[in-house]
Amino acid sequence: MKEIRFHGRGGQGAVLAARMLAIACVAEGKCVASFPMYGFERRGAPVVAFTRFDDKPIMEKTQIYNPDCLVVIDPGLLKLPTLFTGLNPNGTLILNSAKAFEKQPNENLKLAGVVNATQIAVEEVGRDVPNTCLLGAFAAVTGWVNLKSVQACLSEYFSGDILKKNLRCVERGYNEVKVTKWQ
Amino acid sequence: MAVKKFSTKYEAAWSDADQLLLCLDTGTWRTKRPVVDKEKCTYCGLCAIYCPPQCMITRADFFEPNLNFCKGCGICAKECLRGAITMRPEGDFTS
Amino acid sequence: MKAKQGELKVMTGNSAAAYGAMLCRPDVVASYPITPQTEVVEQLSRFHADGILDAEMIEVEGENSAMNACAAATLAGGRAFTATSSWGLVYMYDAVLQAAGFRAPVVMVNVNRETPGILAVSSGQQDMIQTRDAGWIQVIVENSQEILDTIIMAFRLAEDYDIQLPVMVNYDGFYISYLAEGVRIPAREDVDQFLSVLKTQPQRTIMDPTRPIGAGSHGLMTEFMELRYRHCAALDRAKKKFDEIDKDYGDFFGRSYGGQIEEYRTEDADFVILTSGSAVGTSRTVVDAKRADGVKVGLVKMRMFRPFPQEKLIKAIKGKKAVGVIDRSVNFGWNCGPIYSELRALTPEIGNIPILSFIDGLASIDITKPHIERVIDDVANAAKGKPYQAVTWIPLEERE
Repeated sequence: MKEIRFHGRGGQGAVLAARMLAIACVAEGKCVASFPMYGFERRGAPVVAFTRFDDKPIMEKTQIYNPDCLVVIDPGLLKLPTLFTGLNPNGTLILNSAKAFEKQPNENLKLAGVVNATQIAVEEVGRDVPNTCLLGAFAAVTGWVNLKSVQACLSEYFSGDILKKNLRCVERGYNEVKVTKWQ
Repeated sequence: MAVKKFSTKYEAAWSDADQLLLCLDTGTWRTKRPVVDKEKCTYCGLCAIYCPPQCMITRADFFEPNLNFCKGCGICAKECLRGAITMRPEGDFTS
Repeated sequence: MKAKQGELKVMTGNSAAAYGAMLCRPDVVASYPITPQTEVVEQLSRFHADGILDAEMIEVEGENSAMNACAAATLAGGRAFTATSSWGLVYMYDAVLQAAGFRAPVVMVNVNRETPGILAVSSGQQDMIQTRDAGWIQVIVENSQEILDTIIMAFRLAEDYDIQLPVMVNYDGFYISYLAEGVRIPAREDVDQFLSVLKTQPQRTIMDPTRPIGAGSHGLMTEFMELRYRHCAALDRAKKKFDEIDKDYGDFFGRSYGGQIEEYRTEDADFVILTSGSAVGTSRTVVDAKRADGVKVGLVKMRMFRPFPQEKLIKAIKGKKAVGVIDRSVNFGWNCGPIYSELRALTPEIGNIPILSFIDGLASIDITKPHIERVIDDVANAAKGKPYQAVTWIPLEERE
């Protein structure tokens, strides 16, 4: 079983990203469970979303305390003291940021993918909605889900022009993510 | 009964209103931050009056936001008659 | 003959509730939004707007009207569905009592959330506990698939000629309502077939323009007592009926849930833990881990809460050395967990074994694996005859 924790702010699509990943996993025949935890439901407030996937049905209904992967949609959230708490050894991070990491931010973090999803989203969609781009980066860095599955799940939420633009975001995230590895 | 130590002050769900109503660390919600130009500020107090969570701090002859609570709504910048407040992306201030 | 497997779709618990209701072709839906149930109403409205749900959608100004409208619709012979939570459930309280007393077979989803008194937009079972004496059938479910399946079974149960009682399907707000999982959606014609047995039964008493009859008349003295007796007798019959319906559902759709309770690894267990809702799912994984360590623990999942599944619980727990109950609510006055205190009433039949109360998960506090491990450890010690604490408020004690 893999546990992925998404960190974002209300309005950035963290919950949707977690859900889309779940749909992509189900398309590949996996079992999933995905849910958000809000404080106050408003734009800008911190949101956490959890997605689990496995080959067998997922029973646990708790929040994720030992993520295998963190997806951070707002770079400002790197300041959160609890961001890396519980990260599994050999943990992965997918981050929306213009700047790559200079040093390893946490000893359990062995793999990081950084992509300027905000810029890509603004270029392709015209708005700062970095979530679909980050899903493409996730697929590229972890390899836990195929690019095709991620692209396919978008049509559950988008159609027409918006779908095309978000598909480009996914593809660019997949291709443009910069990977850093630590020992 | 077993629990001996409490973090709540009152017996029921009361909340103190004799202080400014600042309790949640809403400062972490911010994506833009108000920056006050002390030279331009005339200490008129409009920003403090309009600030929704009332978190403008009085300094000697200027105001500045309490960054623990400032949500970055930008109302102070909009209301400032001297244009002394600008909103800058929070990313400019983080390492 | 078996039902088709059905389309697999990723959806939240709330969405599954809307699908379950839609598939049963309700005649009337009257519902008012409230966090964490709102998506149920939104999805049903979407079905209606898309022509998938052919129901009278009554846009009510509040939950009280919602329940009145639904109860009245069923008394006129229709099928009615609504959904609510906490404050909404409280707002419709008199209508909830009426629905039960009138024997109006409404099916309602209650998304568990903390009740008024301390403002909380968060998960908790207090709202279900607040209405446990309303005379409704009350069921608690564990995941999105079970929500959908149980709603179909709920209509089958509520409208059964031998039962004629409203049914409340409870699931945890936030932890299940917003939990997206893969859910199999039964085919509409298969649901029609499953419910068609109701059409073969005698017609229950309904409002009929050709035959003057009043609903909700006075009950005087012994007549009143007779009607209460009939009500209790129907609740009693609902236990076996629920088991039968669950078995029929399993035979036809391929999914069954155990009926009144589900026993997980209890046969050779030394002691058991009992809980309901989302905590059951997590408990399964902790029980498995403890079993791998050689601890002979079992899990009892409470599904039917009203009527209280006495006989099944006695059978599951008698002979065990101890039992721990995890409640997501409080029993004011007894100052322990409510389901715990009800189980304790079965001591003469279970035997005088240690029964431990654990209160957890109020206000969306997570009932985590370490919490459940602690529960199992405490009950294990009690089972060995060591001294134990009768009531533990887990989140308050863990921080000390």
